[in-house]
This record gives sequence, structure tokens and C-alpha cells, in this order.
Amino acid sequence: MIQNFPILVVILPLITAFLIPLIGWWRKKYCLYISILSILSVFIISIYLLNSVMASGVVRYDLGGWEPPYGIEYVVDLLSIFMIILIAFISLVIAIYSKKSVEKELSDNIVAFYTLFMLLIAGLLGIVITGDLFNLYVFLEISSLTAYALIAVGEKRDALLASFNYLIIGTIAACFILLGIGFLYMVTGSLNIADLSAKLPEAYSLYPRVVLAAMIFFVVGLSIKMALFPLHTWLPNAYTHAPSVVSALIAALMTKVGAYMMIRIMFTVFGIHFVTEVIPVTSILSWVAAIAIIVGSINAIAQTDIKRMLAYSSVSQIGYIVLGIGLANSIGLTGGILHIINHAFMKGCLFLAVGAVIYQTGIRDIRDFQGIGKKMPYTMAAFSIAALSMVGVPPLCGFFSKWFLALGSIESGKWIFAVIILLSSLLNAGYFFRVLEKVWFGESPHEGVDEAPKSMLVPILILAAGCILLGIFVFIQSSFIKSIANTLL
Amino acid sequence: MPLEWILSKYNYWISAALMLIGFYTMISKKNFIKKIIGMNIFQTAIILFYISISDIENRAAPILVAGKSDYVNPLPHVLMLTAIVVGVSTTAVALSLIMKIYKEYGTIEEDKLLEVR
Repeated sequence: MIQNFPILVVILPLITAFLIPLIGWWRKKYCLYISILSILSVFIISIYLLNSVMASGVVRYDLGGWEPPYGIEYVVDLLSIFMIILIAFISLVIAIYSKKSVEKELSDNIVAFYTLFMLLIAGLLGIVITGDLFNLYVFLEISSLTAYALIAVGEKRDALLASFNYLIIGTIAACFILLGIGFLYMVTGSLNIADLSAKLPEAYSLYPRVVLAAMIFFVVGLSIKMALFPLHTWLPNAYTHAPSVVSALIAALMTKVGAYMMIRIMFTVFGIHFVTEVIPVTSILSWVAAIAIIVGSINAIAQTDIKRMLAYSSVSQIGYIVLGIGLANSIGLTGGILHIINHAFMKGCLFLAVGAVIYQTGIRDIRDFQGIGKKMPYTMAAFSIAALSMVGVPPLCGFFSKWFLALGSIESGKWIFAVIILLSSLLNAGYFFRVLEKVWFGESPHEGVDEAPKSMLVPILILAAGCILLGIFVFIQSSFIKSIANTLL
Repeated sequence: MPLEWILSKYNYWISAALMLIGFYTMISKKNFIKKIIGMNIFQTAIILFYISISDIENRAAPILVAGKSDYVNPLPHVLMLTAIVVGVSTTAVALSLIMKIYKEYGTIEEDKLLEVR
């Protein structure tokens, strides 16, 4: 049993996804409970796996007993287990939140929603645990297809178009990634990540152009998947028109898994020497990221719809993560990976809080947020904590990832990026304080609006508390993440 | 000599041409069904590419036959079975989205959609 834990991380949500239609046919309300049960068991398994990775190093699992590099291998190293715990925790919190929200927004599609929800979780967990490139592509497509369907499941008119747009762009990205995998397979004859990285230097000396083409296809494909500016055009509409739960889920997790794939492919498959010296793709990425940070923030200021504002803010926050990848030094990469977890908590909390406001009042326009803080104090307090953390107020967690990124850019001698981080913090303050001012210092026209129900409030408060705790106890995770960064570089 | 070199790799040229046709169709056509057709051409071109890299001249198909010891690489074929499944599911999701869009808006032409929205 215990040696099968790595595969159970993927299998449990996958099996649950198939059980839910059967159970939902009998009793609709049990769909939620079985989803929570399944994610909770994944979370417990991942804690156990964390223990064994910390104690005895990388855990490997051969599917079907076929030895790598011939068979598919699941590899649980520090970075994977970090992502697994993050995905399991955030999706657990969102699953608890989803009860009321799904009952109201998607009352006809409860069974379909939870089936797709579990498939999406299975896909995301599969991406982070697999040690095989083609398997990674398959899980990527599972998670993308379910994301397209989840965005459209609310059946609002605009959601359909947003989802279709995402489908077209996302399929182009997936095709590019598949081509990249094909080029690598062509020159090395291997799909196993560890085996590939051992064979690539020799393959590069024989067929440099093929390896370069593979690299370009990967970088462009993954940039689309993680919505890096200027390939972010699918993101604002998709986040704005999706149901609140789905917005929170894909904003907190989908793009982060894209960032994980980029880290994995750049640093584990190609290797630090290749991406910094052979072709300077990291320095190109860091400049693109710097532009993304500024453009995303400026676009966010211009929005009146609060969900669209948060979506553009995501574009800029993706820039921070990519900047961390692009700096490619120990401190910078630590900041990038730290921002993966911090942004998952902050943006999850913001989208859930906005979802609660939409649930209670139906308002989405920032100008209508007048005095909502007096009516829903706990929800808006959590929103404010997450917003301040996004701005980078110490000791909240958002400050520390920016701090590490700034230190990393100074260490690599690129002062300009530290300036850009500071500038974008001011821009962040611009668009968040505009909302906070309305929320707390306005006369409320909302009569009879109450606090959100407890099943929605508790997850929001958990994530807000997470923003504070991750900030105060930053030294614990930063030393853990620094050891991840050092194994990658 | 260059002509011979080009002709000897004709399957790669065809696959690259199909990829570009599919990609162009996906991003330039206004009709959603045409976009999906482009997507399918793109995916099929990738399948052709993978099958091309598995092939080795004068070797048998990877089926156990008496008197044959050299086979082509069977793995890309298996990978492409998975890719075909992925392609079919993507097409299914896309077509059902198009049906919903048609029911809601009464058109699947991109420029007309911008008007009715």
C-alpha cells in the first residue's frame, strides 16, 4: 500500500471523477462529500510523501513494473511534493467553499461540475508528479479540456465565447508542446525526464538545430499555457466569465502548474547551462516578464469589473514568477517559487471573497462596492488582507516573494528589475486601494445584505490566515524553497 | 543533389506544410467550424510527423513475423494513438461549445458575434 502512494495521488481523484456521476444519479448532495473526502485523502498521502522525501530523498514509482526509461515513471522530488501539497490544499479549501456557490450558480449541473472538478485536480496532480514527458502532455490535455468545460459550465453567454477562445489558443499551445516533445524524442529516443536530461548534451552537439527548435516550441507553448504577456489574451475573458468557484480554482492553480512545467522543462530537462549560456532564453524571458508585470498592472487599473481587474492582476503576477525563472540564480528562483504558493493563496482568497460578494448581492462593478465592508465585514477583511499582501505590505506573504525577487535581480546585476518590482507595487497599490477605499469608506446603498454563509466564509478566512502565516513564518518555507532552487540550478 | 535531398524527406515536408495550413486556418478563419477543421489538420500533421520519425527504411512493421528480426520503432505509433484520443476529445468539446454558441447567439461567424454581443 505505502509503496503505491505516488500513483494513488493521481488515481484517487480520477476514480472519484468516475464515481461521481453514479452517486449523483442516486443522491446529488453526496457529490460534494465524496470530492472532499477524495481530496482530503490525497492531502494526507502527500503529507506522508513529504515526510519520506525529506527523510530519504526522491521517491520513484514505476508504472506497471516497467523500468524507466522504457516505462512511465512517477518521480516525487522536493519541487513535485511542494506543488502536490499546494494543489491538494487549495482545491480542498475551494471544494468546501463550492457547496453554496455551486448550488446557486450551477444548480442544474452539480454532478457535471464535480466530475469535471475532480478530473481537473487529477490532471494537475498528474502534471506535477509524472517523470515522463508524454505523460505530462496527456495530463496537460486532461486538465486543459476540463478547464474549457468548467469555464463554459455556467452557460452564461460570454462564458461560451471565452471558453472557445481559450480552447483554440490552448490547443495551439498543446500542439507546440507535443511538437517539442517530438523533436526531443527524435534526437534522444527517450521520453523519461531524467534520461532525457542526461542524453541532451550529446544530442545537442550532434543536432543543435533540432534541440533549439524543441526549446522554442516548449517556451512558446508553455508561455501560452501560463498566460505570459503577450500571449495572455485568453485569460481575462476566461477568468471574468467563469463561475466564481472556477475562477478561483484556475486562477490559483492552472497558471501555477504552467509555471511548474516551465521550471521543470527549463531547469531539469534542458539544464541551467543550456538555458542561460547556449541560448539566453532566461534573459529574454526576464525582459518579457518585466513588460508583463507593468502592462498587467496598468490594464488592471483601467478595469471597472472587479473579476476582470483581478484577472489582469494575475497577468502581472505571472510576470513575477517568470521573472524568478528568468533570473536563474538561487535567490531569484526562490522568489519565483515562493510567489507560486503566495499568489495561489492571495488570488484564491481574492476570487473567493469576490465570489461571496457576487453570491450575496450580484454586484461586480467596482463602483457598486460602496460600503460593502460594513455589511460583510469578515469577507471584506479577508479581501483586504489578501489585497494588501498583493501590494506587498510586510509582514504579509506577498512582500517576501517580491523581496527575494528584488534581491535576486540585484545579485545578478540587473537593477532595472528591482525598480520594476517597486514600480509595479505602486501600481498594485493604485488599483487595490481604489477598491478598498470604496469598500470601507463609502455609504452603503445595500439594504438587507448579510455576511456570507459560514461554508463560504471559513475557506476565505483560511486563505487569508494563510497569507498572514506564510508571511510571518516565511523563514520556514523560504529555506525549504531555497533547497528546491538549489537542486534545480 | 538538393532536389534529391528534398524529395528523400518528402513526408517531413508534407507534415510541415500541413501544420502551417492548419495553424493558418485556426488563426485566420472567422467561422468557428473552419477553425476546428484547421485544428484537426494541425493535429493530424503532428501525427504524420511522429509516424515519420519512427520509420526506418527496409524494416518490417512491428508485428512478430517468422524470418524477420528488424522492426521499425513501435513507440511513436502508440503515442499517437493517445494523441488521436486527445484530438477527438478536443474536437468533441469544441463542437459542443459551438452548438451552445449557435443556440445563444444564432451565429458562429466571429465578426457577426462581435456585432450581436
